[in-house]
Amino acid sequence: MKLNERSLAFYATCDAPVDNAGFLHKRGGRGAGSHRRWFVLRGNMLFYFESEASREPLGVILLEGCTVELVDAREEFAFAVRFAGGRSRSYVLAADSQAALEGWVKALSRASFHYLRLVVRELEQQLAAMREGSPANTLSANPNPISNPRPKENGRAVWSALPEQPTAAPKRPPLPPRRRASAPNRPLASFAQLHEHYGREVRALRSQWRGGQAGLAGLEVWHRSSSGGTHTQDQP
Amino acid sequence: MRYNEKELQALSRQPAEMAAELGMRGPKKGSVAKRRLVKLVVNFLFYFRPDEAEPLGALLLERCRVAQEEPGGFSISFVEDLSRKYHFECCSQEQCQEWMEALRRASYEYMRQSLIFYRNEIRKMTGKAPCTPQDPLEQFGISEEARFQLNSLPRDEQTCTGSQLGVLD
Repeated sequence: MKLNERSLAFYATCDAPVDNAGFLHKRGGRGAGSHRRWFVLRGNMLFYFESEASREPLGVILLEGCTVELVDAREEFAFAVRFAGGRSRSYVLAADSQAALEGWVKALSRASFHYLRLVVRELEQQLAAMREGSPANTLSANPNPISNPRPKENGRAVWSALPEQPTAAPKRPPLPPRRRASAPNRPLASFAQLHEHYGREVRALRSQWRGGQAGLAGLEVWHRSSSGGTHTQDQP
Repeated sequence: MRYNEKELQALSRQPAEMAAELGMRGPKKGSVAKRRLVKLVVNFLFYFRPDEAEPLGALLLERCRVAQEEPGGFSISFVEDLSRKYHFECCSQEQCQEWMEALRRASYEYMRQSLIFYRNEIRKMTGKAPCTPQDPLEQFGISEEARFQLNSLPRDEQTCTGSQLGVLD
């Protein structure tokens, strides 16, 4: 299977947030010895490098669908990343300390895209429920958010243990002052809607700005977008 | 670069957010458009020959730029070389728009920013309590993690995801 490895290598070393990094001992496949590698977790990809200073990863472990467990191995502080399916290999890794081990197990168990999406959807629902609540409904003092994360029928958000605050649940969140003139009037704007809206604005501004910088390599795409006007939804 | 191909193949068989047969043309000069079954699963775009079970290839969708090309067509390119574009032809501008929006939201980095956004919105609505404010992420045990803090947003102005979020604060 082809994979955009160059982009993958770039993603491994760019300035996106690193979710965890450190040295781990990795057992080679098929009983080969174990090597100390520099590991970088970013999103749902676990990259490993020969050293901390290496510019390109030796390899990457896609973590989607994996389970992480402690193992009783000859190495101390060892854990395994395993995948379902008979022929999938397991990766046995060993940290240098108990704290490092715990940090890795925690980060890797939550690294999947599916998990992150679940969390985001949950928060999105909570926010929508809070916004839909009438001004009379405020946060209830439910001390146990985990057992009942969904809002009750009367619209109260139940996840928070904060005391009731009369002004805490306005019908509509106030718009940021800078954007009052230009933002659409959407009481329940989701992140995706706002992202798309501001994204169009930003792209339009960028193409205006970059339209004046003809000739620079790699900016062909901006010229096309600014002259064709095809980014926006406003086509006749 | 070594990677766990079996897991990637398994991922390609999972339920997709979007799947359709589109015209696809690689970035090399002179490449011809071919019909491909294109499938979006988490932050990967898989492409298959129609009626084949194993994907021909996959594109990791981090740090990518999705742009409208001709009407009904879009391209995906990557920040390290924006001129190398994968072109896709849809059957309508509506389908094209649908795909572009889905692809722009398909990255892990986008999801991360969504999470930070919603967490902040919820915090703003509940206000600050004198005691430790209840962080909505606490129930998932990930509120303290640095990767979900505001200052973890990328500063790279080339990406279409990072720099826009600052205005919402």
